[in-house]
Amino acid sequence: MELRGEPLLPGTAAGRLLVLTAPLSFWGGVETTSGRIVAAGHPQRGVELAGRLLALPASIGSSSSSSVLLELIRGGRAPAALLLAEVDAILLLGAVVARELGLAAPPALRLPAAALAALPDGAEARLEARLEKGLENGGRLRISAPAARSPRRSPSAGGA
Amino acid sequence: MALDLTAEERAMAAGEAGAGAALALRVLAEAARLLGAERLLPIASAHIDGCLYHGEGGVAFARALRDGGARVAVPATTNVGALDLTCAGTARLDAQTRALAGELMALHLELGCRPTWTCAPYQAGHRPAAGSDVAWGESNAVAFVNSVLGARSNRYGDFLDLACAVAGRAPACGLHLPENRRARVKVDLSALPPALHAEAAFWPVLGAWYGRALGEAVGVIDGAAVRPGEDALKAFGAAAASSGAVALFHVAGVTPEAPDAATALGGRAPERLLRPSPAELLAAYEGLSSVPAQGTVDAVALGSPHLSPAEFRDLARLLAGRRLKVPLYACSGRHAVAEIEAEGLRAELEAAGVRLVVDTCIVVTPVLPAGGGVLMTGSAKFAHYAPGNTGWEVVFGTPADCVESAVAGRVTRAPGAWGGTGGGTGGGAWS
Repeated sequence: MELRGEPLLPGTAAGRLLVLTAPLSFWGGVETTSGRIVAAGHPQRGVELAGRLLALPASIGSSSSSSVLLELIRGGRAPAALLLAEVDAILLLGAVVARELGLAAPPALRLPAAALAALPDGAEARLEARLEKGLENGGRLRISAPAARSPRRSPSAGGA
Repeated sequence: MALDLTAEERAMAAGEAGAGAALALRVLAEAARLLGAERLLPIASAHIDGCLYHGEGGVAFARALRDGGARVAVPATTNVGALDLTCAGTARLDAQTRALAGELMALHLELGCRPTWTCAPYQAGHRPAAGSDVAWGESNAVAFVNSVLGARSNRYGDFLDLACAVAGRAPACGLHLPENRRARVKVDLSALPPALHAEAAFWPVLGAWYGRALGEAVGVIDGAAVRPGEDALKAFGAAAASSGAVALFHVAGVTPEAPDAATALGGRAPERLLRPSPAELLAAYEGLSSVPAQGTVDAVALGSPHLSPAEFRDLARLLAGRRLKVPLYACSGRHAVAEIEAEGLRAELEAAGVRLVVDTCIVVTPVLPAGGGVLMTGSAKFAHYAPGNTGWEVVFGTPADCVESAVAGRVTRAPGAWGGTGGGTGGGAWS
């Protein structure tokens, strides 16, 4: 299965999808040292973001989310890629600044909200985001494993 | 729709104004691209929230700007840091964190920021002209500069605030564009009982309700029976910007873009008309407490946003020479503290048991004793953030309730005109 999306930040990534079922504020909602979701009451609380292709239905725009993402990238606990339904410039700026500081930052892709919500949690996937001028269809997500969508909580990262 | 940079901006990005300015412009251009802005626009000033320590990455970014010879291109004030520089030891931080947090604050001064260290820069002499474009961070400051001063700012987060200040520009989008500043929602208060309008906590409680009800939408409040002063508008904006994502509100007959509700609405009909009932405001009031409003109080906190000299004078009047049984943390900036010091008020307050927290505040850095307890506060913003950030439970009350509770060491709340029992149970409108 292959999906097309709008490339937001360039790069390629491979790993297992982590499809969040509720919005997440990185500031206060993700522990910077472990990359674990700690937001009270979040359905995926306790799951680690490191190495995952993280699909966010919506982010809650704290103005310090960019700092949290930068710290996750510095510590090697960041998601491998970000899949967003809406552009969250504040969050993505953490990746922009990371790249400026010489760190490898996750690519980002925008997908339609319905397509994002229907992604198979836990499936292996590959993402490519290219921003070259004049390039059509620069953003794609290829899902290799069968779309075994299950409501169970996804286990923490490690299989990728 | 691609971002179109001017020749001067392209030269800056290419490094002609130094490596630091080039870094700032590249970050700004990326933000503008992600926000869908077609151009940058010149700004008159900036207020920087990125001086609060979140980790070494923020220090590395500020160092890269400094090492690249960057300076802010416009007047820029600093929001709170993680340390009280006027009184070392207020914040309980380990030595390494303290050193990095202090370095981050010092780097902002090397970059040319004014050391205001306050979330109320608009009461520390930083008051941009109505209609001017600015790049401000800190949600209450953004709400105030847009709404009360009529300057134009989006909500600028970490890194982008400083990048805007160095480049002297911001992405031309959002609330910088006049068409996005028009109210879409009308909030009509005219049916509320007069006694409620006169409540001491009316504006912060209304703000807590308003943020929930409006989220990011721009609204105009009509029918306020008591004209809100600057400190009431400050409390309203801080409450609304923490319970919702409110960056701009209008109050008919009070704020500069709302000589009346019709003007704020741009002559069009509101898309939504809201009339909060006393019961809804009671729920907002009670929802600001995380535990029932009874029993022991372990500490009291005021000053989010930072207390003004007028609020300090109110505090002294409410104290009326009595001594406090539990500590009352009064958070403020140097601008206000210098003024009350000159009046002899600081010594009087400290003798009564008031502990001044300057340059910072109790929810951004560890000031309250570890182990938790019950915190009484008159700040809707403290009420919102204290449980998550400090582990303390909160009870919300008026400034008078706060002083009585600090004197008694027990929750003491006047019943008020809300129409309920006065006993907060948590949850309510916040659940």
